[in-house]
Amino acid sequence: MTDITTVKIPIMKKSIIIWLSGISLLTGIHQLHAQYPSGDEVMDRMDQNMSAKTRVLTSKMVIHGPRSSRTIESKTWAEGDQKSYSEYLSPPREAGTKMLKLENSLWIYSPSTDRTIQISGHMLRQSVMGSDLSYEDMMDDATYKDHYDAVVIDEETLRDVKCWIVELNANSEDVTYQIRKIWMDKKKYIPLKEELYAKSGKLLKKTELFDFKRVGNRWFPGRMIFKDMLKTGDGTEFLIESIEFDVDIPEHIFTKASLR
Amino acid sequence: MIRFLFKGLLRDRQRSLLPAIVVAAGVMLTVFLVCYLTGIMGDFADFSAKFSSGHVKIMTREYAENLSQRPIDLALVNVSELMDKVKQDYPDMEWVLRTQFGGLLDAPDQNGETRSQGPTVAIAIDMITPGSREPERLNLENILVAGNIPDNPGEILISDEFATNLEIAPGDHVTLMGSTMYGSMSFYNFTVAGTIRFGVSVMDRGAIIVDISDAQAALDMEDASGEILGYLPGGHYDGEEAGVVCASFNNKYSDPGDEFSPIMLKLTEQDEFLGGYLELVDSAAFIVVFIFVLAMSIVLWNTGLIGGLRRYGEVGVRLAIGEAKGHIYKSMIYESALIGLIGSAFGTILGLLFAYWLQEKGIDIGSMMKGATMMMPGKFHAKLVPQAYYIGFIPGLFSSTLGTMLSGIGIYKRKTAQLFKELET
Repeated sequence: MTDITTVKIPIMKKSIIIWLSGISLLTGIHQLHAQYPSGDEVMDRMDQNMSAKTRVLTSKMVIHGPRSSRTIESKTWAEGDQKSYSEYLSPPREAGTKMLKLENSLWIYSPSTDRTIQISGHMLRQSVMGSDLSYEDMMDDATYKDHYDAVVIDEETLRDVKCWIVELNANSEDVTYQIRKIWMDKKKYIPLKEELYAKSGKLLKKTELFDFKRVGNRWFPGRMIFKDMLKTGDGTEFLIESIEFDVDIPEHIFTKASLR
Repeated sequence: MIRFLFKGLLRDRQRSLLPAIVVAAGVMLTVFLVCYLTGIMGDFADFSAKFSSGHVKIMTREYAENLSQRPIDLALVNVSELMDKVKQDYPDMEWVLRTQFGGLLDAPDQNGETRSQGPTVAIAIDMITPGSREPERLNLENILVAGNIPDNPGEILISDEFATNLEIAPGDHVTLMGSTMYGSMSFYNFTVAGTIRFGVSVMDRGAIIVDISDAQAALDMEDASGEILGYLPGGHYDGEEAGVVCASFNNKYSDPGDEFSPIMLKLTEQDEFLGGYLELVDSAAFIVVFIFVLAMSIVLWNTGLIGGLRRYGEVGVRLAIGEAKGHIYKSMIYESALIGLIGSAFGTILGLLFAYWLQEKGIDIGSMMKGATMMMPGKFHAKLVPQAYYIGFIPGLFSSTLGTMLSGIGIYKRKTAQLFKELET
């Protein structure tokens, strides 16, 4: 009995010490993080800045291939994050190709074959027009709250702009990128850089946003560089030529009939 | 003396028949094993050569670095000029354009929308040029299940299993969606000419064969090709010969500083796994044959020993009547060599006959390969090789002779004074 008592006391002491240390550590972390805003708050403010009811934009995608670079011009109509319709304008080989995204489905119309093909399964992970973007990336609806838990983990100065570093950890297995890190402008709440990681922690893709312009009451990037870290090459440049927010888009645009 | 010994052997069958049969059986197995293992190795090499690697393959240096991905954006350009050069430099060899690429094969409904679709691997070969040996090389006539071999542009062959899954038949239209060599989206309509059964599970799940001209049009590959395959004269892979061709080509045309300059690799250099496998099979074959030859040598040595012991009495009598020990020893060795020679000759002939039969007929292993994910030939054959004509003589001739030589040493230990005493007992 005596033996048992003598053994138990040190264990209890140890437990108390561990608890006290834990509490003090947590308090320390809390005090440290108290300077940071909450992840949800930062993401909400970014969404307010970047999201709109509708968007119509004309863009150019410059794809730097191993032999040469190509520029693809397109016009996109989007409503919220569930509906989007794009038409490729140039070069001639791509002109007339149309893409329609409705929720989780994607259709492509090819004028040369007069066919409408639904893209699904592993094909969604294929590159769009040889760029560093996959169809899946294009379909990413960016509703972070549905799939990720956001935490501000650090602050850093990027391109002379003070940023929060927001880490988003996936709360379900069915998202392609399990971890995202966003460098967010502290003042304007616009993302300057994003890194996408696999569950293993391997960096898969990187996006950098530049040339922010004031459009109405929003700040929006004029140039983005996407880099698939698993591919060689200099990445894909995405240039926004013009963008309009909250314009009326006829409903028939977001139907399969508009593809032909 | 040899004639005398030969007559003796024929007249005393107990002394010659069993050892000769044992020698012949062992030699036959050795010869057959050598031919069979060489044949399997050759089948692997030929299968790979016909379908994907050629005996040698020309690619861009960067393409070769990423060969397993078949990156068509790193394909060879100005291939007609390069083809002219290799045809001129190596006129005995056959050169063909090949491109392999992945995509999505989509079957439309009545409204032209997706009815069914599946990922596919396309092999582009020269199917429709008159005189092209590619259909014969891929054995298309024999693996055709329904329809016919394409003879017009825009026609494809599709694996029968894949066609069943997509619910399409010869005459139906399908669209192939992929990426051009410059990364753009590519859509191309094809008509299914026929369905085929590759006999290789991984291909039967979703492969198609298209004409190289269609692939060039679909993938924006004007005067370009993923690969140029070369086949040695005679149609069989010879690593040394292929190595010589590769060295001379790379010396002349390949520039290590230019990632798009061509490089030629021989079959075993292209695929680490296949190269390693063939090396392994080669060493395994050598080890198996060595062990077998060793085992046969021990058996035949034993036969020689038994023969020597069995003739203990005979040797005693011969010594007693005054025959010299050396003469007896020599004659027994000659006899043994004669038996070994006759047995080895018979065994070699029988082994070669069996091997020839298996070379022509082959063993069908298709039914065992249904779930296989590795590209393997559906039939294994033996192959008659020059070494098969002499390898059987190693255990057949030398081992039995060696056995007799060892057992015969006893002759010199016999004492003439004790011979009659021994013979009495």
